[in-house]
Amino acid sequence: MAEPAPKSAYFMVEEKAAVTKRTLAVIVDNEPGVLARVVGLFSGRGYNIESLTVAETDHLKHTSRITIVTSGTGDVIAQIKAQLGRLVPVHRVVDLNIDKPGIEREMALVKVAGEGDRRVEALRLSDAFRARVIDTTHTSFVFELTGAPSKIDAFVDLMKPLGLIEVSRTGVVAISRGAEAM
Amino acid sequence: MNAIDKTITADTEPEELTGAEIVVRALRDQGVTHIFGYPGGAVLPIYDAIFQQNSVEHVLVRHEQGAAHAAEGYARSTGKPGVLLVTSGPGATNAVTGLTDALMDSIPLVCFTGQVPTHLIGSDAFQECDTVGITRPCTKHNYLVRNVEDLPRIIHEAFYVATHGRPGPVVIDIPKDVQFKKAQYQGPANIEHRTYHPQTKGDPRRVEQALELIAKAKRPLFYTGGGVINAGPEASRALRDLVRLTGIPITSTLMGLGAFPASDKQWLGMCGMHGTYEANLAMNRCDLMINIGARFDDRVTGRLDAFAPHSKKIHIDIDPSSINKTVRVDVPIVGDAGIVMNDLIAGLKAKGTKLEFAALKGWWDQIGEWRARKSLSYRQADDVIKPQYAVERLYQLTRDRKTYITTEVGQHQMWAAQHFHFDEPNRWMTSGGLGTMGYGVPAAVGVQVAHPDALVIDIAGEASVQMTMQEISTAVQYRLPVKIFILNNEYMGMVRQWQQLLHGGRYSHSYSEALPDFVKLAEAYGAVGLRATKPSELDAKIKEMIAVNRPVIFDCVVDKTENCFPMIPSGAAHDEMILGDSGDQPGVSEAGRTLV
Repeated sequence: MAEPAPKSAYFMVEEKAAVTKRTLAVIVDNEPGVLARVVGLFSGRGYNIESLTVAETDHLKHTSRITIVTSGTGDVIAQIKAQLGRLVPVHRVVDLNIDKPGIEREMALVKVAGEGDRRVEALRLSDAFRARVIDTTHTSFVFELTGAPSKIDAFVDLMKPLGLIEVSRTGVVAISRGAEAM
Repeated sequence: MNAIDKTITADTEPEELTGAEIVVRALRDQGVTHIFGYPGGAVLPIYDAIFQQNSVEHVLVRHEQGAAHAAEGYARSTGKPGVLLVTSGPGATNAVTGLTDALMDSIPLVCFTGQVPTHLIGSDAFQECDTVGITRPCTKHNYLVRNVEDLPRIIHEAFYVATHGRPGPVVIDIPKDVQFKKAQYQGPANIEHRTYHPQTKGDPRRVEQALELIAKAKRPLFYTGGGVINAGPEASRALRDLVRLTGIPITSTLMGLGAFPASDKQWLGMCGMHGTYEANLAMNRCDLMINIGARFDDRVTGRLDAFAPHSKKIHIDIDPSSINKTVRVDVPIVGDAGIVMNDLIAGLKAKGTKLEFAALKGWWDQIGEWRARKSLSYRQADDVIKPQYAVERLYQLTRDRKTYITTEVGQHQMWAAQHFHFDEPNRWMTSGGLGTMGYGVPAAVGVQVAHPDALVIDIAGEASVQMTMQEISTAVQYRLPVKIFILNNEYMGMVRQWQQLLHGGRYSHSYSEALPDFVKLAEAYGAVGLRATKPSELDAKIKEMIAVNRPVIFDCVVDKTENCFPMIPSGAAHDEMILGDSGDQPGVSEAGRTLV
């Protein structure tokens, strides 16, 4: 038997709709506090941030591009876009899954320490993943790897038994496909 | 450059002013005549600049929260932005409640805060706080001014942002060194915002779809909100035209009262948790809901899965994030309420779609049956003043005047909304979204500053009013004859009501113990104190209150246990309403009790 709903001044509901992952590109004025505004919006309204990258992309206009990977139900994603859109320093919000389908890349620096066969195997696998060795000692490598987040996940998983020490990831950057700007 | 050249350019080029002078000059250029504030170390240069001019009048409040609510009252009663000036640290944090209130109710405010000098920011200096950090989520936008050269642009931008699109509060945090430094002043002309350009004209295809739905509807209903009032008097006029042209019934949220005249026969009264039976049943049974400038607030919708289940919905809102936020709509129209309504009127006239009352006769007949329940009636008493009766008499005895009503938050607020009837916009100032107890006294001060000759009444509760009652002193100082009409039931009435209905009558901390003698309190402040305890003396005392051209605290001693009905218990649908005990209606039924 279902538990009776608690007596409350608010109507209680349980979320049932399916959750999807989305990548949003947000063009903002590069002014102090703008990132805090975006991040504060997500925490304040209870939205998820799975990845967030930001850098100034137009030095003359002082605009930055924020790439946010988020997840939520369809309604929540629509709200996120609308809420981002009404922040005063935001120029544009583009959904790189729906509005302008895009491609995503992430870079990782992966430190692996080990000797003997494990070291050889790590180097061999890094070659298969087209990772570059950017630092080495007799007992360690630092690999630089670029690709879709899933590829980086796979590489990191493979390195675990081979002496994975440390991982640093940039988070996702994304751009729309085709000849047009988004 | 020789000396002569220098004098010539000084006359023709923009003047160089200190940051503090820029603030005052920009206020003047923005048409600001009154600001509300409280001085302190980090704003002394601005206060010095205020001292040396006459175009902007400063009203000294007694607490910064009061400054914010006074600015809100000023803004809501005039349609102009309200301005406040507070110092750093506690000055800023005290203003936060008022800023949040303004954000929730979409009230245009510009709030100047002092800040410690730039080189001390981040050092935990005396009266330092991270004002932009603290106010970021409770403002529409905020600025920390690091360079005095940016100050003129930022101020003019702030006024633009506060008043365009969905209005809201904007904070400008100005470090003390920036107030001393000089820069060239730049006027408001030619300042264009880089990013913020809200859409005001509705998409014509959407307007067309809306017209088709209106033409086909059998049981249509207008559901309007504060957005209509924010869109200005033209929007309220457009609403009247649209409603009368179509013959469609209209209800409104708490925030939207007055946009459409309550005396009109198409008016169903307020909707929502304490709305009328006819308004909420019409919400529940309509086949077309036309939402103009309302936001499907949870106090209005009740249970979402049972909200207007058989209706198509049109939603007109200037804020795209209001669309589909809680309720999915069929035809969203992003735009200014007034502009979109005028497009709808033009469309209806062009098509010759004139919905006659006759075409909606069945719908109006049904509404007539609901109206006959007289859901706002209550059981009258001889020995004790019923709070509803007090509001009713207040309305009857002031309706021929230019009357502005503010409220605190709670039962008295709902009774005011139910029993005081508004025929004009901008006459009703209440804290809707945030529900801020203590709003009414300072808001009344702000309204009276804007309308010195009008009758301004704060319909209050004895609990709420104690939160900001120091502002009586402001009213006395500036000879603002505000009337604080306290419905004194010795309880936080709405808390008590919920405890009675939801928590088994365990009245945990909701009794107003150790109340002051409000009459003596008024006298202590230099105001006038009046008290009524019996229905028979109420009219005479209200008339006395109106006649006094000084601030008045009116202690209206009312029935202690009266509940506010009708009421949609939360978690219930609009057709599961509890009606009051009016004498000819049953009280809370057994079935009703199980619902709460």
